[in-house]
This record gives sequence, structure tokens and C-alpha cells, in this order.
Amino acid sequence: MLNLIWAVMILLAVVYSALTGHMSDVTNAALDSAGEAISLCITMAGVVALWMGLMEIAQKAGLVRKLTRGISPLLRFLFPRIPAGHPARDYIATNIIANVLGLGWACTPAGLKAMEELARLEAERGNPEYLETETGRRRGEVHGGSTEKSGNRRASNEMCIFLILNISSLQLIPVNMIAYRSQYGSANPTAIIVPAIAATLVSTLVAIVYCKIKDYFAGTGAGGSCMGKSREGRGGKAV
Amino acid sequence: MNALAHLSDIVIPILIFFIVGYGFVSKVKVYETFLKGAKDGLKIVVDIVPTLIGLLVAVGMLRASGFFEMLGTLLGPAAAAVGLPAQLLPLLVVKLFSSSAATGLVLDIFRTSGPDSYAGMLTSILMSCTETVFYTMSVYFLAAKVTKTRFTLAGALLATLAGTVMSVVLTGWMM
Repeated sequence: MLNLIWAVMILLAVVYSALTGHMSDVTNAALDSAGEAISLCITMAGVVALWMGLMEIAQKAGLVRKLTRGISPLLRFLFPRIPAGHPARDYIATNIIANVLGLGWACTPAGLKAMEELARLEAERGNPEYLETETGRRRGEVHGGSTEKSGNRRASNEMCIFLILNISSLQLIPVNMIAYRSQYGSANPTAIIVPAIAATLVSTLVAIVYCKIKDYFAGTGAGGSCMGKSREGRGGKAV
Repeated sequence: MNALAHLSDIVIPILIFFIVGYGFVSKVKVYETFLKGAKDGLKIVVDIVPTLIGLLVAVGMLRASGFFEMLGTLLGPAAAAVGLPAQLLPLLVVKLFSSSAATGLVLDIFRTSGPDSYAGMLTSILMSCTETVFYTMSVYFLAAKVTKTRFTLAGALLATLAGTVMSVVLTGWMM
């Protein structure tokens, strides 16, 4: 994605400046911007290091774990059909908390694991699109033979909801934005914290309402994941 | 500025107090732990230096070419009607695809209008409330090998729209 965006920006800049006679400006901008990126990183380094240092303390002291456990009622509300104790739930919780705390490095791995677990959950529910995951994957890599099979997978309701929540990203402190603001001489870089929390809360609430409505009316999204099946789903594993 | 800004002032000190206090009480070696985390933080920043150089150069060139001005005069009036400065239009689109490319545009807005201007505040809040839609979807669904994403896109776009509207409203209150 970035390859395309970056190339378009650079090529467009050169072509457009040639048309409008701004070539020398573009030369200066290219050189100045490169230097500016470095001074920006120096400011950012301080803020990010401070935040990550604090987060390391929070992690060591067990605060992060506590928060992760603390949101389990919320998860039960959002994902009523993920059986209690299923690993998908833990990964989703970790991902949400990492998002809230701005721990970018912890978010994505937990999020990806959550998606894999949700896929496994579909297999446990007996959804034909998700069965024989492992063999399908291996064969897919070697021959590309079973790619159509996994290519037809439809997202489960849980996956849709998880991703929508993830994208509406609840964030407590927008660390990067604060760092950028202070670099560009803001009189009050942290002034955005509360409005940002308000905005992110609203976007997340809208996401939750939308998901709840969809989850209710979309009913059985993918194969076997309809309302009453959650208990069977767990048992299906043993069969 | 006003209540929202003042409330923002106390969030960080309270958070720092709470985290360090909690760590201290739970007998964590707070200082050494802090140093370890800070070191990891530095590594993260070093990793993004090349990205920032690449994107700042691209955005800087594009702005110097006069392309943004052209876009601004073209689309500005329509955007201004809903409280969006013309500069934010490219950002709104790029933000759906790539957050690092969006960062380049954000910094350009900060540089030209200042982070405390209307456009600057709006940008700051906007960037803090939602994630990159298409990037997140492609990475996460790839992990589950899902191709039919059903209502994800609609929901994600709706949440992004809500965040954008809310950012405009809140910035209006603050300024």
C-alpha cells in the first residue's frame, strides 16, 4: 500500500512542479524535509522513551495484566458467543489494553493471535470454511492448491466486531501526537488529551452500537456461528 | 485555553504519579525498570527514522510543488462548509490507507499552520481517535485467511466518520 502512495506522491510532486515551475522549491523541500525528519525524531525519542519507560513499570507491577482482566465483563458483553476461557478472549483483551495504553508493539501481535484464535473458534464450531485449517495451510503453501478453499472464508461476527473496535481504537494518551505537537512549538502539546479521549470514546461507542445491531440482525454470519450454537461449538471440538 | 485543555493538563502528572507509585508499592525496581523500557522506546524511534525521512520528503515535495494549494482552492469551499480546513482533505483520505503516510501530512499541517491553530487542533484530535481502516483490515484478515469481510468495512468507516464529526465539534468548542 505504502509503495503505491509514496510513489504517487513523489512522482506527482515532480510532474506538477515541472508544470507550474516550482522545481527549485521542490529541490529545497526534499533536502529540508530530510533534515527535519531527523530533528523530529530527536524530540520524539524523548517522549516515546519516557512513555515506554512508564509502561515497563506498569507491566512489571502487574498493572497491565490487571487491566486486561478488568475488562473481561466488557468482553463478555461484546463477544457473548466466545466461550469463557477461550484463548481468543485473552488475546482480544491484551490487544484492547495495549491499544488504550498506546503500546503499539504489543497491539499487533496480540491482535493477529486473536484473529487466528477466532478462526480456530470457527473451526471448532464446525464452520466448513474453516475446517482442516492446518492441512489447508500447508498444502496452500506448497501447491497453492487449496487457496480457493481458504479464499472463500467469510469473516465471523466476532472477527468483524473485533476489527471494527480495533479500528475505532480507544486510546488514552496519544503519545505520538503530543510529541509532534511539542516539536512544532505548541504552547500546550497535551491540550488534546481530553478532547481526543472524548472523540475516541464516541467513535468507539458508535462502533459498538453498530456491531451490536449487526450482530443481532446478521444472525449467522459465517456458517455455524448462529445464536444458539455457542455451546455446541465448544463440544464440536471433541467430535 | 478552557476546561478541556485544563483537564488535559492534569492527566499526565496523575498518570505518572499513579504508575510510579503503584510500581513502588508493589516493590518493582522502578528506576531500573523505567530505564529498560525507555531503552526499548528509543529502539522503536530509531526503527521509524527511515519511514519518517521517506514520508516527510514526499509530503514536503508535494507541498512545494503547489499541488496541495491547487487541491485546496479546488475543494476548499465545500470542505469549509462543514468546518474542515482544505488542508485536511488529503489527510482524511490518506489516513484510511496508511497511518505513517498520514503522519507526513499531519506534520506538514503543523508546520504550515501551527499545532495550536484550528487546523492543527483538529488534526491532532482526528489522528488520535481512529486507526487506519484498510491497513488494519488487510493485515488482520490475512492472519485469519479471511477474504469476505462482511460488515467490517462499513462499521470501520462509520466509526471513522463518527470520530471525524466529533473532532470537528470538539475543536469548535475549544477554539
